[in-house]
Amino acid sequence: MKVTGAQALMKCLKEQNVEVIFGFPGGAVIDIYDEIMRTEDLTHVLVRHEQAAVHAADAYARVKGDVGVALVTSGPGATNTVTGIASAYLDSIPIVVFTGQVPTALIGNDAFQEVDIVGITRPCTKHNYLVKDPKDLIPTIREAFHIARTGRPGPVLIDLPKDVVAAMVEYNEPQPVKMRTYRPTYEPHPGQIEKACKAILKAKKPVFYIGGGVILSNANEELTELSRKLSIPVTMTLMGLGGFPGTDPLSMGMLGMHGTYYANMAVAHSDLLIAVGARFDDRVTGRIDAFAPGAKIIHIDIDPTSISKNVTVDIPIVADCKHAVAAMNSWFNRSKDFDRGAVAEMHAPWLEMIKEWKDKHPLGYAEEKDVIKPQFVVQKLHELTQGNALITTEVGQNQMWAAQFYHFNKPRSFMTSGGLGVMGYGFPAAIGAQMAAPDRTVIDIAGDGSIQMNIQELATARQYHCPVKIAILNNNYLGMVRQWQELFYDKRYSNTTLDTAPDFVLLAQAYGAVGLRATKPSEVEPVIKEALATDNVVIMDFVISREEGVYPMVPAGKATTEMLLV
Amino acid sequence: MKHTISVLLQNKPGVLSRVTGLFSGRGYNIESLAVNRTLDPEVSCLTLVSDGDDGIIEQITKQLHKLIDVIKVTDMAETDFVEREMALIRVKAEAGTRAEVLRIIDIFRGKVVDVSPRTYAIEVTGDEDKIQAIIDILKPIGIQEIVRTGTIAMARAKKN
Repeated sequence: MKVTGAQALMKCLKEQNVEVIFGFPGGAVIDIYDEIMRTEDLTHVLVRHEQAAVHAADAYARVKGDVGVALVTSGPGATNTVTGIASAYLDSIPIVVFTGQVPTALIGNDAFQEVDIVGITRPCTKHNYLVKDPKDLIPTIREAFHIARTGRPGPVLIDLPKDVVAAMVEYNEPQPVKMRTYRPTYEPHPGQIEKACKAILKAKKPVFYIGGGVILSNANEELTELSRKLSIPVTMTLMGLGGFPGTDPLSMGMLGMHGTYYANMAVAHSDLLIAVGARFDDRVTGRIDAFAPGAKIIHIDIDPTSISKNVTVDIPIVADCKHAVAAMNSWFNRSKDFDRGAVAEMHAPWLEMIKEWKDKHPLGYAEEKDVIKPQFVVQKLHELTQGNALITTEVGQNQMWAAQFYHFNKPRSFMTSGGLGVMGYGFPAAIGAQMAAPDRTVIDIAGDGSIQMNIQELATARQYHCPVKIAILNNNYLGMVRQWQELFYDKRYSNTTLDTAPDFVLLAQAYGAVGLRATKPSEVEPVIKEALATDNVVIMDFVISREEGVYPMVPAGKATTEMLLV
Repeated sequence: MKHTISVLLQNKPGVLSRVTGLFSGRGYNIESLAVNRTLDPEVSCLTLVSDGDDGIIEQITKQLHKLIDVIKVTDMAETDFVEREMALIRVKAEAGTRAEVLRIIDIFRGKVVDVSPRTYAIEVTGDEDKIQAIIDILKPIGIQEIVRTGTIAMARAKKN
């Protein structure tokens, strides 16, 4: 069947079960937009800035557990997606980004709105394509979705010259994608699984250190089973939050720079560290030679490059986390050497030691009577949503307080720009999350600085009836940088004071949204309740204690045991 | 330590820049590089020489392998192999030195590929040490121009 390139694109989206795309039109993609208008069962969300389209697609992918899609025009439309693509790349989020391109005959001519987006995004995509021949269009799209969602997921970009989408192409029914060069390893090596399980049986002070890979591979149930079976405590990276129930007695919360005292102490004193879908990022390890110095390390990851990149691993397992953890569960279920009661008894002193650390320095903050503490706001959000909201964050203190105090019990409920640390991620991500889960409560925990980076999306949220809630922890500062300046730069607050700020309540109203403000602790709960009961976009402006810091904190380059505490 | 790494990759536009971009982006070193088609016109063979400790070389081979267009990566250090590069050298060859230059070329099994009244251009192949040796010998006589290829390498066939 002959169809136009644009029609072929619509058909391919349907093949991939794409129901929602986020985008912004322009000259090079008019043909595609013309076709979108005629395509039923595809919702196009018109964002107000292309960066937001990619963040929204990113969060949509995380909530759905499938591929998110963005569509933008050539030139500036394409360059505006770079931050979103780089963020998805570092967080291994499956998205496909379609960019328009000038007609093939003009490529390389410095034509109007021409940019080499394939060249620009080469280092921050899992793979990318420029489709020069219309007959390659359909196979390329199918391959792109395959690459994005398999193996270690990631963003894939397809650059579409205007004449290619206007050309007639032959549409064939989809075949399974076969690639000569790309075959991710899903199944673990049984020998390595056995080695790992035997090491676990010997360990007296084991710790699970889990990351985003657990969530991406939906390994949370298998991991919870394994942890409980073996009485092994679990700590999570920022990306791993929700991969293990945050309120479980075995949970130690987050580790690393702003991790809990007890998680960092446990890792430092462990004799076996079992890393699952995590990548030993510098924000997790601190000074690398002081990270888990006495531990043997087991590392499960689908990406071989993650293994032994930052620390030398004793037992590497290249596999999908879900498959590998399931294989470990069944090894223990079969093993004659494994006695659940005996192992629990062996680990009891270790769990007791961790409990002592926890009692000594629990996660907390100094309460004040008249000033709103940001941690209190997050705790209240948790309480009033029963921990069931989808939470997105911006980047900085707001992100860390959200990570510390909203105890995520389920995967795919925390969307944050972990690797790249994008201010401006949270609000468009909230829109993406709401489009993926229209019935859920979605809250963007934001700062007054970062919310302004994509504040224009208020219009998008309104237009598509996404009743997302924005909780601004407003301290009139770029708080995280200010905290560093306070601690390490003798309080020289260079350019971190936001002297001129909008009135966020009026700003919300200007977009037809609802604005609420709390200036006293007693107003926090009523404001949240009112926001949750409002079927509209709501900005909650919480005026918080200005110079509140995020603690514990491991100063950059220090060992994770050298924490600054509250 | 220097490693010669052989990479089979899809012969497509932009593939070379994926490889070189990987090296520059991650701060790895490329000492030399050679690429050309294989018998299969859809596949290119790229040979590169890099320098780094075992951890870095391991990361390089893994990262190369992670590129979607890469078919196979071989670190030649893991096998017995032959490697060659080629140099074209234009050297002064005046009345007093012409005969000596020819003798040197002969010793190194080089070939004269261009002649002028005062110069010879010669072609010489060998491993890096051999090329360096002829350069060192010819330098005092007067090298005017030099062009060298990257190293290419092939694993030796199994003897049994």
